[in-house]
Amino acid sequence: MTASLKRLAATLWRPDWRGFSAPLSLLLVGPLVIGLCVAFILPVGRLLEVSVWNPDFTIAELVRIAETPLYLRILGRTFLLGAVVTILTLVLAYPVAFLMARLTGWRLALAAACVMVPLWTSVLVRSYAWIIILQRNGLLNSMLKSLGLIDAPLPLLYNELSVAIAMTHVLLPYMILPIWAALRTIPRELPLAAQSLGANAVRVFLLVVLPLSLPGVASGVLMVFILSLGFYVTPALVGGPETLMIATLIGQQTTELLNWPFAGALAALLLGITLLLVAVFNRFLGLDKKAAS
Amino acid sequence: MTSHAQSAPTANATAPRLNLSKHLGNALFKGVCGLIFLFLLLPTVIVMPASFSATQYLSFPPSQWSLRWYVAYFQDPEWIAATLFSLKVAGLTTVAAVVLGTMGALALMRGRMPLKGAMRAVVLAPMIVPHIVIAVAMYMVYMKWNLLGSLTGFVLAHTVVCVPFVVINVSAGLQKMDPSLEMAAASLGANRLRAFRHVTLPLLGPSMATSAAFAFITSLDEAVISYFLSSSTEKTLTRKMFEDIDFDLSPTIAVVSTLIIVVSVLLMGTIEGLRARAARRAKV
Repeated sequence: MTASLKRLAATLWRPDWRGFSAPLSLLLVGPLVIGLCVAFILPVGRLLEVSVWNPDFTIAELVRIAETPLYLRILGRTFLLGAVVTILTLVLAYPVAFLMARLTGWRLALAAACVMVPLWTSVLVRSYAWIIILQRNGLLNSMLKSLGLIDAPLPLLYNELSVAIAMTHVLLPYMILPIWAALRTIPRELPLAAQSLGANAVRVFLLVVLPLSLPGVASGVLMVFILSLGFYVTPALVGGPETLMIATLIGQQTTELLNWPFAGALAALLLGITLLLVAVFNRFLGLDKKAAS
Repeated sequence: MTSHAQSAPTANATAPRLNLSKHLGNALFKGVCGLIFLFLLLPTVIVMPASFSATQYLSFPPSQWSLRWYVAYFQDPEWIAATLFSLKVAGLTTVAAVVLGTMGALALMRGRMPLKGAMRAVVLAPMIVPHIVIAVAMYMVYMKWNLLGSLTGFVLAHTVVCVPFVVINVSAGLQKMDPSLEMAAASLGANRLRAFRHVTLPLLGPSMATSAAFAFITSLDEAVISYFLSSSTEKTLTRKMFEDIDFDLSPTIAVVSTLIIVVSVLLMGTIEGLRARAARRAKV
């Protein structure tokens, strides 16, 4: 018994330093891959399946999305809010990334902490904080009132404005980090060379720094837009009935109506768009390129 | 930035004015950046004072200070049950994700086997699929499997979400590792298992520790999937928070938020600190 066990162990742990043998590799990765197939791939596959097999193959649910003005409006709002949030994060992220690329030592550590702390703060906590700030008698309204700028509190919460603000806040670090990474790798000699050739600060920025930072900008823009499409918690908590987005619609269709085929069709649509954007991301900025260079 | 002025060969009469506008521009730029940093930090910072409010309703800044909402949190069996349940889920998820993820990373990085590309795609897929899709899909299927509101269901779901980060982190650790160290162990007479046990595994320690902390926080923080998998009796802290924010906004949420912020910032700050130190050492 022990002898055969030893032989088995010997075949598995072949004294080969180039890598693990196939059986051992499969033994190591097997639990993970099987687990993921059962706990993750199977449910997602089932959801997509019920959207087109009901009981025979049909695309009725997808047609229903395309033919109902309400659902098209929700899709349009999702894309519009995604675009607005992407532009807002880009406008806010670039100066911060630019500043961080010039900082060193404790100043850089402090700036990086300012970017990372919100990233480590739960989305729920941040939604709650935005409610404190934006509600009727919240921080912002009472500040504006005491400054004498407004008489009656502004409706800042439970609308598209509050969703856009809260989503911008959540996604801002995802824009800052890639732009900062791109700016940081620009050799210091390049702007200096442009300057010594007579370019002023604006020209140096427009002709040297900005073009070299575009890969970081592109990856930030794609990442933020992709993430914004799937947002659930923020629109559900700081948004109102008027700010239904695709993710909150999927949630509503399942928890309230138990309409699996329709929820599945919406999920398939969201997943398809996401995968398409991820493919674009990989094609233009992907790991293959980095590995090649 | 003083080098700008020194290296400018075209210095002429307009230089002082340019300098002034540059200083103004610089100050303005830093002011704008300061405001953006304020925007980033404001929500995290504002929750903490709100948790020490003495009033019945949520207000900021609190007119009176007290610890009554902390007392309320620790005396509320529902909050405590949700907290303990979340900690249990996060602990088990961490163990499962780190063990399975490390094994998987070893095989995917070092193994010679068929279908490696497909397996890697399966392992990384949970990072790409939107959480709402995962949540609804699991809700539908786990309901049939009677896993809603069960420890098993939550640990399965959270492990799915956490494991890609473990695989990526450990793979990066393996890639950075000097293969000659294992060779050295072998040349000194260690067999494969001994070399793995005494050389490879300790060297992977930091990546595994980072992965573990990351998995723990991710599980504790996960809101969307937990929302759908919770039942009315068994729910995670995030589901309980979601319900309370949606319905009554009591200052107890500020207390829970403060506690979560403190725990995650401490944990993630430690990791970042350790990582920075390791990076500095690697350079030296």
